[in-house]
Amino acid sequence: MSLPTFTFYAFAAILVFAALRVITTRNPVHAALWLVLSFFTAAGIWLLLQAEFLAIALVLVYVGAVMVLFLFVVMMLDVNFEALRQHFRSYLPIAAAVGALVLFEMALVIVDSAIGRTTTAPPVPSGSNTRALGQLLYVDYVYPFEIAAVVLLVAIVAAIALTHRDRRERKHQDPAWQVRVRREDRVRLVDLKSEKPPA
Amino acid sequence: MALLGAPTLAHYLVLGAILFAISMAGIFLNRRNVIIMLMAIELMLLAVNLNFIAFSRYLGDMAGQVFVFFILTVAAAESAIGLAILVLLFRNTGSIDVEAQGRLRG
Repeated sequence: MSLPTFTFYAFAAILVFAALRVITTRNPVHAALWLVLSFFTAAGIWLLLQAEFLAIALVLVYVGAVMVLFLFVVMMLDVNFEALRQHFRSYLPIAAAVGALVLFEMALVIVDSAIGRTTTAPPVPSGSNTRALGQLLYVDYVYPFEIAAVVLLVAIVAAIALTHRDRRERKHQDPAWQVRVRREDRVRLVDLKSEKPPA
Repeated sequence: MALLGAPTLAHYLVLGAILFAISMAGIFLNRRNVIIMLMAIELMLLAVNLNFIAFSRYLGDMAGQVFVFFILTVAAAESAIGLAILVLLFRNTGSIDVEAQGRLRG
């Protein structure tokens, strides 16, 4: 067994085990950490498939940002996770049935289409994977790339707008009220009698 | 396809299918815990990405990797907004139990 073959099977086994632990573990913090492990092993498998840039991006974006966000939320919320697991066993049969059904359907398709053929990978084009991906991304797919940037901007604005708590005691200005002000609100004419100077 | 031979396209597709089925079962298994549900969705997207990259490698077309790039972008946005909604849900109802959100009904 050559090294890439061994690496594939080892990483695939770790990936499947970590994924199983993500959905069955008792503690959500542990689930997030198992998810980190599965992302790492998936990045290893992507390296085997010569997708170097995406493998690094997966580790940086997911392990570095998204999983930290998950851990942050899990630790910030004081959730009673034991109460959420009360019906865990009663959901087990239907979950196993659905999983097996999905796997069976996909196996039918894969056996039918992919296995019969000789699938030897074409030789990898020489040169950097990042360079080739960048060439494609910034030339052929430049408009989808811009749309992806807009999607990220919308996500930022939405996440902040959703979670931002408006504090009532905060001092703030209301421009509409400022513009609407009338003369009577600000100026008060006081009728004062003029007094004669003392003799 | 030799069962334990050198990995071919079918090996990667089978791995992706197993991963997808696991995360599908995970959504049904943790149907009260929104956090684990979101994690299962992330796993599902990972399985899809694995298929994209395997096809990209074995068909010799880099466009598949560009799609994985976009899926990663959208998945990051999705999890950010999903977690924000989760925080809001917890702040308003004191629980993240899906079954306890019946008051959201109409």
